Amino acid sequence: MDKVDFIKDFRDSKRIKALSDIIFKEADRPINIMEICGGHTHTIMKYGLSQILPSFINFVHGPGCPVCVMPKERIDHAISLVQDERNILVVLGDMIRVPGSESSLAKERAKGKNVKVVYSPFDAIKIAKENPQKNVIYFAIGFETTTPMTASVIEFTIKEDIKNLFFHINHVLVPPPIKAIMDSKEANIDAFIGPSHVSVITGAKIYDDIVKSYGTPVVVSGFEPVDVMESVLRIVRQFKEGRREVEIQYSRAVNFNGNVKAQQLIDKYFTTRESFRWRGIGDIPYSGLKLKEEFSYLDAEVIFKDILPSKQIDDHKLCICGDILKGTAKPYDCKVFAKTCSPENPLGACMVSSEGACAAYYKYGKLELTL
Amino acid sequence: MREILLSHGGGGKETQKLIKELFLKHFSNPILDKMEDSAVLEINSKIAFTTDSFTVSPLFFKGGDIGKLAIAGTVNDLAVMGAKPLYLSCSFIIEEGFPLKDLEKIVESMAKEAKKSDVQIVTGDTKIVPKGSVDGIFINSSGIGKVIYDGISAQNLEEGDCIVISGTVGDHGACVMAQREGIEMESDIESDCESLWDMVEEVIKHNIKIRAMRDPTRGGLSAVLNEWALSSNVEIEIEEDKIPVKPEVQGLCELLGFEPYSLANEGKIVFCVDNKDVEKLLTVLKNHQKGKDATLIGKVISKGKPIVILKSPYGTGRVMEFPSGELLPRIC
Repeated sequence: MDKVDFIKDFRDSKRIKALSDIIFKEADRPINIMEICGGHTHTIMKYGLSQILPSFINFVHGPGCPVCVMPKERIDHAISLVQDERNILVVLGDMIRVPGSESSLAKERAKGKNVKVVYSPFDAIKIAKENPQKNVIYFAIGFETTTPMTASVIEFTIKEDIKNLFFHINHVLVPPPIKAIMDSKEANIDAFIGPSHVSVITGAKIYDDIVKSYGTPVVVSGFEPVDVMESVLRIVRQFKEGRREVEIQYSRAVNFNGNVKAQQLIDKYFTTRESFRWRGIGDIPYSGLKLKEEFSYLDAEVIFKDILPSKQIDDHKLCICGDILKGTAKPYDCKVFAKTCSPENPLGACMVSSEGACAAYYKYGKLELTL
Repeated sequence: MREILLSHGGGGKETQKLIKELFLKHFSNPILDKMEDSAVLEINSKIAFTTDSFTVSPLFFKGGDIGKLAIAGTVNDLAVMGAKPLYLSCSFIIEEGFPLKDLEKIVESMAKEAKKSDVQIVTGDTKIVPKGSVDGIFINSSGIGKVIYDGISAQNLEEGDCIVISGTVGDHGACVMAQREGIEMESDIESDCESLWDMVEEVIKHNIKIRAMRDPTRGGLSAVLNEWALSSNVEIEIEEDKIPVKPEVQGLCELLGFEPYSLANEGKIVFCVDNKDVEKLLTVLKNHQKGKDATLIGKVISKGKPIVILKSPYGTGRVMEFPSGELLPRIC
C-alpha cells in the first residue's frame, strides 16, 4: 500500500465527492449537527461542505474556539498587567486582537507596552530567562488541547526554579458548555461532531455522558474535509439504524482513553473553578481551570491581585453570538454582521478569531450571500 | 572600524570614507562616480518611475537578504509595467552600531543583483540614526525604466481572459516567517527573491498581448487578484488545486493556519492575457528558468461584479478574500 499523505489523501476530491453521493443516497431526515470545535467550522466553510450536502443537514457552530469565548474581563486583566512596565505579557497568536472593554493587546503593544506573541508556550521560559529584572506573565488560554503544554511549562519553571515567570490561567473545558447549551430550552441540536485535538488528549470517553444525557450521537472527527464528510455519514447512519453512541472517525490520532500522561500532568497542577464566564454564553459552573492552591506563588491572579479589575462586563447588546452558539440563529441573522461587526472590529465572540463562526462566514461565506 | 557610528552620517571625513570605500567601491559607474547632488540622465522615451522602502526581519534569510530584496523589488515593479529597468537610487537609514561587515554584505548583494538586470545605481544617500531608532537598517530604492511594452493596466481585464502565475506561491512569506519565529522544519524554506526583468523581456519579445501583470508581494496572489477584480469590475474564477505551492510552504501554512495565496512572493509574476495567447505565454515561461513552474490557474468569467472565487474540483466554491489584519497564527 502507498504511504498515506495526511494532507492530500484527506482532501482528495474523489473521496469527498463519493462521500457526498453516499450521504445524498442515505440521508432521510433533517439533522442539526453541532461541530463543537472552531477548527471544524473552518473546514466546513473553507471547503464549502454545506454546498455538497442535502439542505436538511444543518451545521450549528459550537463554542469550541478558545479565543472567541474569552470574556472581556479576562482581556482587561491582561491589559492591566501590561500597564506596569516591569511586566511582560506572553500570549499565543490571535489573542492579541480580542477586544477587552476598552482596548486590545494589539493596541497596547502599539503603545509600546510589553506584549510578546509566541508560537510555543515554552518561549515564555526563554523570555523569562532573558529578562531577569521583569515579571514575565504567560497568559494561558485554550481547551484541553493546550492545557498540557501550559502544565509542562509550569513543571519546567518549578524544576529550574525560575523566579520571575507567572501564569494567568484561562484554560477551559469542552463538556460543560455543551451541557449548558443542551440544558437551555431553545437548543436545537440532534448530534455532535466531536473535536479532534481536544480528544487526542482527553480521549473520546468525555462524550459518553453527553450521549447518555441527551441521546445525541457524537462522532469524533479529524479536521480535513474527508474526515468531516465521513463523520456526517456516520451520524446519518446512527439515526438510520437507531443507534446513539460515541464513535471515533479520527482513529489515526484518537482513542477512548486519550493521552493519560498529559491528563496526569493537567491534574497535577490544575483544579476546576466554581464558575467561568464565557463570551456569548455567560457563567458556566466548573467550566474553567485554575492553578491549585499549592502553586499560588506562580498564579498571576494571586500575585497581581491588587491591579486586576474585578468588574463583570456584559456582551454587546446587538450581538447574537449566544443564539448562534445554541443553533437558533445563523451569523447572517445578526443585524450587525459584516456591518459594525467585522474581523477588523469584532463586537462579539464569534467574529474574534478566524475559527469563530461569524469570522468563518465573513471570510468564506460571502459567496452564499451573493448567490 | 567595525561598526557604523553616528559620525559616519555627519557629512564630514567619515562620511566620505564610507561612501568611497563601500558604496562607490561596489556600485561604481560613470554617473554615480561624478558624486554630484543629482544624477543627470538622458532618456528619450516614455518612462516608468517607482519607489519602495524595504524593512525585513531577519535581514539575511535563506535565498536572499534586504539588499537583494531592495534591488529585485524595484526592478520587478518596473518590469511589470513593461519597462526595462535602467537607473536606481538607493537610500540607507542605518542604526548606530550596525556591523560594518553586514553592511558590506548587503551592499555587495545589491551590486550583484543590479548587475543581473544591467541597471545602474546612480544616486543615493546614507543617514545614521541613534540606537533604537530603526531596526538595523532600512533601504529605500527608486527606479526609472524605459517603457518597452505600453498599455499594461489593472483595468484591462476582459471576460474570457486567462490568469497565469509564473511559479509557486508563498515562498518568500513562508521563509521569512519561519526564520523570524525560529520554526525549524525538516527542509528549509527558501525565499524566491529575484529580479524578473529577463523573464518579462522574453514574454514581450514573443509578441504576447499582456493585459495586466503584477508581482504579488505583500498580500500575495489574493491581493493582486482582488485588486484586478475591483479595477476592471470583473468576476475571476480560480481553480484552487491548480495554484502551485511547494510542500514545505503548504506544511508551514498548515502549522500556523495561513493560506499560501495570502503570503508574499518576491520572485513571481501574475499575468492576465487573452485566451488565444495563453498557450504561447505558458510555453515562453516554462522555457525560462524563472518560470518553469508557470501554471494557468483561472479565468475571468464575467463583467459587472468584482469578486474572486476559488473553485474546488468537487464543485464547491468560496470567496478568495482580500487579506486583512496582521498575520497571526491560530492557537489550536
